[in-house]
Amino acid sequence: MDFALNEQQEMMQTMARDFLAGEYTDKVLKAMVKDDKGYTPELWKKLAEMNLTGLAIPEAYGGVGDFLDLTIVLEEMGRACFNAPFFATVVLGAGAIVEAGNGAQKKEFLPKIAEGKKIITLALPEQSGKYAADAIKMKAAKKGNDFILNGTKLFVPDAQNADYIIVAARTLESKDLQNGITLFIVDAMTSGITVKPLKTIAGDKQAEVVFENVKVSAANILGTVDKAWPHIEKIIQKAAVARCAEMVGVGRKALDISLEYAKERIAFGHPIGAFQAIQHRCADMLIDLEGSRFATYQAAWRINENLPAAREAAIAKAWVGQACRRIVSSAHQVHGAIGFTEDHILHHYTKRARAYEFSFGDVNANLEKLAAL
Amino acid sequence: MDFKFTPEEEAFRVEVSDFLDKEGPQEWQKRKVSFFDMSGQENWIAIHRDMAQKLGARGWLSLHWPKEYGGQGLSPFYRLILREELAKHHCPGYHSLSVDFVAPAILLKGSDALKKRYLPGIASGKVMWCECLSEPGHGSDLASLETFAREEGDCFVANGQKIWTTYAHFADWTFLLARTDRQAQPNYRGLTFFLVDMRTPGITVNPIINMAGHHDFNEVFFDDVRIPKENIVDGVNRGWYVAMALLDYERTSDLGYAIAGTLLNDIVEYARELDILDAENKRRMAELVVECEVTRLTHYHVTWMQSQGKVLNYEAAMCKLLGFESIQHVAEFGMNVFKHYGLLSDTSSLAPLYGRISSCYLRSFGHSMEAGTSEIDRDVIAQRGLGLPRLR
Repeated sequence: MDFALNEQQEMMQTMARDFLAGEYTDKVLKAMVKDDKGYTPELWKKLAEMNLTGLAIPEAYGGVGDFLDLTIVLEEMGRACFNAPFFATVVLGAGAIVEAGNGAQKKEFLPKIAEGKKIITLALPEQSGKYAADAIKMKAAKKGNDFILNGTKLFVPDAQNADYIIVAARTLESKDLQNGITLFIVDAMTSGITVKPLKTIAGDKQAEVVFENVKVSAANILGTVDKAWPHIEKIIQKAAVARCAEMVGVGRKALDISLEYAKERIAFGHPIGAFQAIQHRCADMLIDLEGSRFATYQAAWRINENLPAAREAAIAKAWVGQACRRIVSSAHQVHGAIGFTEDHILHHYTKRARAYEFSFGDVNANLEKLAAL
Repeated sequence: MDFKFTPEEEAFRVEVSDFLDKEGPQEWQKRKVSFFDMSGQENWIAIHRDMAQKLGARGWLSLHWPKEYGGQGLSPFYRLILREELAKHHCPGYHSLSVDFVAPAILLKGSDALKKRYLPGIASGKVMWCECLSEPGHGSDLASLETFAREEGDCFVANGQKIWTTYAHFADWTFLLARTDRQAQPNYRGLTFFLVDMRTPGITVNPIINMAGHHDFNEVFFDDVRIPKENIVDGVNRGWYVAMALLDYERTSDLGYAIAGTLLNDIVEYARELDILDAENKRRMAELVVECEVTRLTHYHVTWMQSQGKVLNYEAAMCKLLGFESIQHVAEFGMNVFKHYGLLSDTSSLAPLYGRISSCYLRSFGHSMEAGTSEIDRDVIAQRGLGLPRLR
């Protein structure tokens, strides 16, 4: 049992933290929330130069580090309330290709991702918003050596910024709904694809992607036709844990600024942090935060070790989703009216916490998973 | 980073599990007796003492003590594994007051003479201790306690009253925190930590029955109780520091998550047999599984810190708070699952799980107060953990 980061991991953490502290100031955060793309090509280039876009991609394809390193960096990104197609490209896109792609596909896409040359995302949920096999209804009809895709995907991260969209569609009607799903990697410019950005309260870039008679070659199938669901389950697990890491960072920032405020704000002749009600609230925030970190890293470690992680990932997502929500709510309570203003930084974290909570499995869905295990 | 036990630790777990399967009280395993529910069982003290000696004979009550004092010098994870298995096997015998409160105090702050005299008894499981700390007028504000010990020749003579003294009615020895200097400022600089034989003339123990109907704690009166000077740990007026040193062990001793987790399993297993878990119960069950897991990891983190020789700060308070409150949440869940049946006392033949549900629920009201209230725990986390300023 060892809760320490090793030297390499500590370096990764410091590097990411310093980079984001320098590059992603509150001013940049506010601007990117408003911006349509949500990031600048200059920033993306810098991420690539620091090898961050190659995280958890196998070295053979120009990548660096493992899933734990990625988790550590994602925590720092959460802390900065970072907006960029990083989660989409590195966690989802690269993750799906590493998980399900063949040698040729890995060679084709992974180095480009690592070098920061391509943005990729994964289109999974449909109208129900669920991340489950029975929620995938979009059809892909076979036509010779191609498939014709028809349907609508929702809440696709950074689809408006993506060069490629990996999409899950049904190629076979089967009584067993986990059978018959296929993953396709599609050029975002393919005729028939319409990307409609979705404006969320969180300023994160999500989109609706409509597929109208979109022709995709069978060569662009990731994995085996009809058999994608086991891969998708693994991707959902990784994505959920990645979101947990980001939420831990969000929570850390919310707690940090609350402490700062509680120590400075004077009322009744004392810093408000001296009052028990505030102290107890902050204590609960720390408990929530530390528990979140432990649960997240346990799941991340198991994924990294290729151990079964369904239970631990569900526990992490169920806990962190609620814990982060409690932390940001408490942060508002500590800050009083000033934290309620648009000008203050806190609401960005609050809104982002909710976005991450619902991304790749909300609290209820994960509790249901656990109850069934 | 590593979230698994070593092969040696896993082997120890198997060894303990096999031993407890055979040697643990079979009736208690059948009745799913919980650690905080022991005193409701018939003949429990004899069963507890018997099991303590069985554990002591295996050297399992001194796993993490230094070898020169009869321990095995093992990492605190071994103690954790032992207590996890004890919880799973519904087994008594681990008298934490002796093993995890007094023994660390003596190991950390006691002279060699005290170590030689008292540690073997604790390690063997033959000598059981209690703690005389809280008083009727001083609980959370322990530093203001009033029991006074005056110097008289080669003794100190103690007078006063202690309360909420768990197991004082059968303990062989006790440790006593008493005031030896009424002028000391701040007040905690005038306290001394004594080791006292419970058979010393002048000690009277009166039972206090708790709301679960159990006799766990007592009030203890000291009337001119003579304590030899050699029974002082670390020196006169050093008592507060001894008490503080052992607090981190005290707060991390009982594995709240293990007790809560076992109780949760027992409740769910039985409820599934009867097929009475509705959707609401299932959701709540999943929430509690999550809570127990997070609490478990928090406790593992503290244990890891202890294994690295790191000084605990707020972490012990966080552990205790989470662990003990999780038992409360599980006990309440039990009542919600069984409803009317949960109200039945353990003497009713219709009581689910041999009366565990009502018994554990009633006992659970004490968990957020004993060994430090949840409020104090949160104060510690906020002030020591987050650097927030003290008002008092």
